[in-house]
Amino acid sequence: MSTRRIEHHPILEVPVRKEVTFNWNGAAVNGYEGEMLSSALISNGVDIFGHHPKDNSPQGIFCANGQCAQCLVICNGKPIKSCMTPLIEGMEVRSVEGLPEAPGEDAHVETHDIPVSDVDVLVIGGGPAGLSASLELGKRGVSTLLIDDKDRLGGKLVLQTHKFFGSVKDSFAGTRGYHIGEILAHELSGHDSVKVWTGTTAVGVFSDGLVGLMKGDRYHLIRPKKLLVAAGARERMLSFPGNTLPGVYGAGAFQTIVNRDLVRCSERILIIGGGNVGLIAGYHAIQAGIEVVGLVEALPQVGGYKVHADKLSRLGVPIWTGHTIVAAHGDERVESVTIAKLDDSWKVIKGTERRFEVDTVLIAVGLAEVDEFFHKAREFNIDVFSAGDSQEIAEASAAMFSGRIEGLKIARSLGLDIGEIPPEWNEKMEILRSKPGPIKKIEAPDDEQGVMPVIHCDQEIPCNPCSSVCPKGSINMEGGTITGLPWFDSEKGCIGCLSCVGICPGLAITLVDYRDDPDRPTVTLPYEVWRDEVEVGKEVPVLDEDGGVLGRYRVDRVVSDPRFPGTLMVQLKMEKGVAKKAAGVWLQETVRDPSGLYEKEPLPDEAIICRCERITAGEIREAIRGGIRDMNHLKAVTRAGMGSCGSKTCRPMIQRIFREEGIDLGEVTDRTDRPLFVEVPLGAFAGVGGDDDG
Amino acid sequence: MMGEYDVIIVGAGSVGAPTAVSLAEAGIKTLVIDKRPSPGQGENKHAIGGIRATHSDPAKITTCKRSIEIFSSWEGRHGDDIEWTDGGYTFPVYREADESALRSILPIQKEFGLNIDFVGPDRIAEIVPGIDRHDLRGGTFSPDDGSASPLLAISAFHEQAVRSGCKFNFKERVERIITEKGEVAGVRTDKGEYRSPVVIDAAGPYSRELCSTIGIDIPVRPDSHEGAITEPVERFFSPMVVDLRPGPGSKNFYFYQNQRGQIVFCITPDPPIYGTDGRETSVFLPQVAKRLVGLLPRLKNIRVRRVWRGLYPMSPDGSPLVGWNEEVKGLLHATGMCGQGFMIGPGLSGVLARMVSERQQPEDSVILDGFSPYRKFGGDEALR
Repeated sequence: MSTRRIEHHPILEVPVRKEVTFNWNGAAVNGYEGEMLSSALISNGVDIFGHHPKDNSPQGIFCANGQCAQCLVICNGKPIKSCMTPLIEGMEVRSVEGLPEAPGEDAHVETHDIPVSDVDVLVIGGGPAGLSASLELGKRGVSTLLIDDKDRLGGKLVLQTHKFFGSVKDSFAGTRGYHIGEILAHELSGHDSVKVWTGTTAVGVFSDGLVGLMKGDRYHLIRPKKLLVAAGARERMLSFPGNTLPGVYGAGAFQTIVNRDLVRCSERILIIGGGNVGLIAGYHAIQAGIEVVGLVEALPQVGGYKVHADKLSRLGVPIWTGHTIVAAHGDERVESVTIAKLDDSWKVIKGTERRFEVDTVLIAVGLAEVDEFFHKAREFNIDVFSAGDSQEIAEASAAMFSGRIEGLKIARSLGLDIGEIPPEWNEKMEILRSKPGPIKKIEAPDDEQGVMPVIHCDQEIPCNPCSSVCPKGSINMEGGTITGLPWFDSEKGCIGCLSCVGICPGLAITLVDYRDDPDRPTVTLPYEVWRDEVEVGKEVPVLDEDGGVLGRYRVDRVVSDPRFPGTLMVQLKMEKGVAKKAAGVWLQETVRDPSGLYEKEPLPDEAIICRCERITAGEIREAIRGGIRDMNHLKAVTRAGMGSCGSKTCRPMIQRIFREEGIDLGEVTDRTDRPLFVEVPLGAFAGVGGDDDG
Repeated sequence: MMGEYDVIIVGAGSVGAPTAVSLAEAGIKTLVIDKRPSPGQGENKHAIGGIRATHSDPAKITTCKRSIEIFSSWEGRHGDDIEWTDGGYTFPVYREADESALRSILPIQKEFGLNIDFVGPDRIAEIVPGIDRHDLRGGTFSPDDGSASPLLAISAFHEQAVRSGCKFNFKERVERIITEKGEVAGVRTDKGEYRSPVVIDAAGPYSRELCSTIGIDIPVRPDSHEGAITEPVERFFSPMVVDLRPGPGSKNFYFYQNQRGQIVFCITPDPPIYGTDGRETSVFLPQVAKRLVGLLPRLKNIRVRRVWRGLYPMSPDGSPLVGWNEEVKGLLHATGMCGQGFMIGPGLSGVLARMVSERQQPEDSVILDGFSPYRKFGGDEALR
């Protein structure tokens, strides 16, 4: 298999899979059976799936989530989305150069009626919210159909290699995301009233109360009494020249390829956006052996949890706040990126541009609710609910509460006596949805004797596993709330069990042990990256909380605790003066020098806004300046939003241009959304393929 | 009072927008009022874009020949690409009755100068590669017909009208027509009053509602039809294909491949679905898809992108209602297009402008006689 395969991962197990052969543009290549075709192609070094019929621009992976159509290829003669198509031995796959041809399959085909099924509840989306809601419905015996467009349940939990924040008691804090998905899915399998269809995509809701689904290649109509939309979120995009070059894509797409599909899709990346998604993606990149040149955030400070930012800084990734991306450069794919400093009015400061050679730019500038089903269903008077990110963008732990709450509301609306919905669920959900608080610090105790945890957690976030896990009950939450800062009560003492070090999702707790040698105490640092970098005897650079180098220290011992799989506890002896400052092991020591100014002044109007139809910011701006205030009219004139994805990506970017032009969005008529939300072959509607499937 | 005009057009749609061009170009001070936010946001954007002169009714044939002239020469005259394509129309036939019906109207079609013939099955299979040949008897082919983008065309009409001095008021609802002494004096909207001796009723499905404000009952009754468009694929056929056969729950259906390679299609529900509900149903796609892949199996792999539902402002006999109202002077009906407003509107625009400026030409009479709101409503046109 190619070098782009991740054969070892510090956290994820690499499963044994069956190797198969398929053809790409006439050449035989290998992949794993059942993996998504896009990832099989990327693992073979294919970054370009075709060229756009309008301007021959190269098309690379973008959403990796079935939402756009950038990964379109011709498979066995038919245009398909490679990110949603499992690989089968012998597939004949070609790039789409210009328009695909409709193959001349002219034999008469048998058609069949489309099966229509009734169900009490249809849940769209098997992520944390949909799973949690289905569990509540299952516990009450409600006939429920849970669908998910991927081949396994868990939604984006599947991609999360890090340990979750939140509370241990009711949202699996301290457990890694992909495990939570597995736990919930397993629990669900015990409830007979819940039927699960994976590989099933909701494609439209209709005014007669039916929901259209594609289950594999078959079309089904479902008539639910209640509909729950728990379809999650999609990534927002940015407008900059070069923004559709292959190699520019969402951080979520990146996590999908790297963590779900175990493909090392790039060598060197730059991340735009310092929210949790961007910070975590940086961490995931390093775990996958990908160099992170830096992370750019426009605001004066990162928006994500400080512990995530600290983890990244400690690994050696520069975080440039007050910066933006100016342009991505390259002919057929990203070759470099220019960033620059912003002034107080968000304008690029001339002369601060720096260019870095990277092959990938990850965009992590926020998420948008996948709520089109919800709005359409409501317009059609279907009794519809929403949960998780479809309802409000927040952490997965909040989505679990929101799913449980909506699940109970649905059960109640079906006439079941569910009693009172626990009021603390709502409270907890709201806490988990809360934005991180200001930075503050509780100093560790002054003593330099015995053993004690040192807590580098300086921001109020909803998280308490350290407090829950301590056998002595010595770690308290300030103010007794889950968002309070944790502090160590030296009165109650520490036994040096390392539980708090192992469980902390932020890797923000170390242990300093003076008992053997008060002058050179043993420091235990949590570590989740490459084991061979911290072999016993090796000298490793140790950093303080802010990424400052304290010195190089010899690794004495590496401890792992089966209760905290994936987290290594690296022990080294340090001078007592710096022991409490140590926060992590510096991994990525190479700091990239910028490769000089990019010579050409890029025009922001070159940026592509509608990537399906290749419509630029300049074209949209011109139409707006011509007086257009109706997004439908804008679409008619420019074609923006008329492509495959149905404006999923460009709508917010168009709205932004309206605002840039000084137009109040209240004056602007929003576009009319219509089914289908995902393209479906005509043959599926005709029931081609028979009625052998219920 | 918010202004005085020579003409007020109610509706910036398939009929109102091109009519505004003709009026404004003739120097007539015109105001177009539409409740929606921009041109063509009513039924125009629901049209699939077919434009044919191959009807059986002389008035429609004459009007649509003029429309084709306007569509086909638009880019040359004004520079806007409206995606006009002269792909023709074909009506393939599988039943003897359809063949004789189509053959029986050929003489009148030819008399009015249409380029149309009944061709054999081989020719049909040549122009629609992959079509089901079982029982295929041949069909008509009229290569001068074609299609254009309703979205681009109406934007072009709107811009040309504005350039020629016409004013458009959007997001404004006409509440009633104002009459004085039995004559039109203007309109009142939710924003104010406008004076004008002439009001053109181009309100399509809402004509009945509009005219009822002055006690006129115009027999327009909307019914709804759904349409859809696919992803683009390399173009492999040019004409609009109309299958006249009935199917379960439907009469004819029709489709073509537009200039961008997308298949656009529509079906006629049977019985009709009357009303103004424009919300998409789950019935349409399975119903039409069976018929599409039955007629042209290779469509099966092409993916449907978007579905919509639009209204046909139906008249009692399937032909438009165009002419001066005989009870209220100054009210000019241009409505009841029965789903053909896009192909008929531009052809009518010149006649309407001449009616307003009292410069009618003798050739206009075939249109005005045929579309008269006071005609006797007999049976349906053979080729509606």
